Amino acid sequence: MAGESGKIDPMYQFKIEPLAQLNLAGYDVSFTNSSLFMVLVLGALWVFMAGGMKREMVPGRWQMAVEGVTGFINNMLTANVGPEGKKYVPLVFSLFMFILMANFMGMMPFGIVPGVHPFTITSHLTVTAVLALFSFGTVLVVGFWRHGLHFFSLFVPQGTPLALMWLIPVIELFSFMIRPFSLALRLFVAMTAGHILMKVLAGFVINGLNAEAAWVPLIVSFPAFILMIGITLLELLVCAIQAYVFALLTSLYINDAVNLH
Amino acid sequence: MDAEAAQMIGAGLAAIGAGIAAGGVGNVFSSFLQGALRNPAAADSQQGRLFIGFAAVELLGLLAFVIAMILIFVA
Repeated sequence: MAGESGKIDPMYQFKIEPLAQLNLAGYDVSFTNSSLFMVLVLGALWVFMAGGMKREMVPGRWQMAVEGVTGFINNMLTANVGPEGKKYVPLVFSLFMFILMANFMGMMPFGIVPGVHPFTITSHLTVTAVLALFSFGTVLVVGFWRHGLHFFSLFVPQGTPLALMWLIPVIELFSFMIRPFSLALRLFVAMTAGHILMKVLAGFVINGLNAEAAWVPLIVSFPAFILMIGITLLELLVCAIQAYVFALLTSLYINDAVNLH
Repeated sequence: MDAEAAQMIGAGLAAIGAGIAAGGVGNVFSSFLQGALRNPAAADSQQGRLFIGFAAVELLGLLAFVIAMILIFVA
């Protein structure tokens, strides 16, 4: 058993497999497992929102949950952008809930059904980059719409001494242009790293149980399993924190576009 | 030393960066707790900044992980 069990490939879980082949004008637009989980996330989100939007006078538990999340995003935007932040609640709420649901959906134990395994859509840079572009594009459109070319004064903080005029705008421009990359990379790497770690630990458990020596399961598998429970809890926390950080940074960037420092 | 061994050593060295970032994350939260316990009334209003600092530190640690992954799987 020990020799043939081989090593468990921690990168296999990120493989995109087409479920239904589809070609459109020479491009491969197949319905993949990534698309399937996006649909699942949207379905879960729809059920969550539909259950809580009954507008009852005395809210039940479900409506309280939905109102809690919307109120949370509303407070975040009011605190960071001011009264004008209310306009951006739908955008930030959609980003936050989609990322949160996608992260959690990738943690669900679908693997107990043979042949099925969960897929974390936010563990792909293409997906997170598009989400980050939504955030960055909104900032650009809102900034130029509201302030015109005056938006470029974002790169010159108030009170910059003339002697530093050659340096500060360059640094500010650099830190502005790097925003979409840091947004996308943070979410992508956090999810990828966590899932690789969990898969490696799961590999310890399974390979330890398959080992020939009788002491290996007790010494290797059992501690690894205990550690894995803790890491899973930590991952659930990271899922929520990453969604929160994405929403928070988006609201801060919107504040830059609306209020210009 | 052949190239593959050098890749693996580089990936291992990149893990040092992840460890240092762990210290950085600990520093963010410990400083926040120190401040928050001295003035609990002001703690809640600073939670956003806590997570911004956490996100910035964490990103730099995750970059070390990216470098390790690139060395192992891509390069």
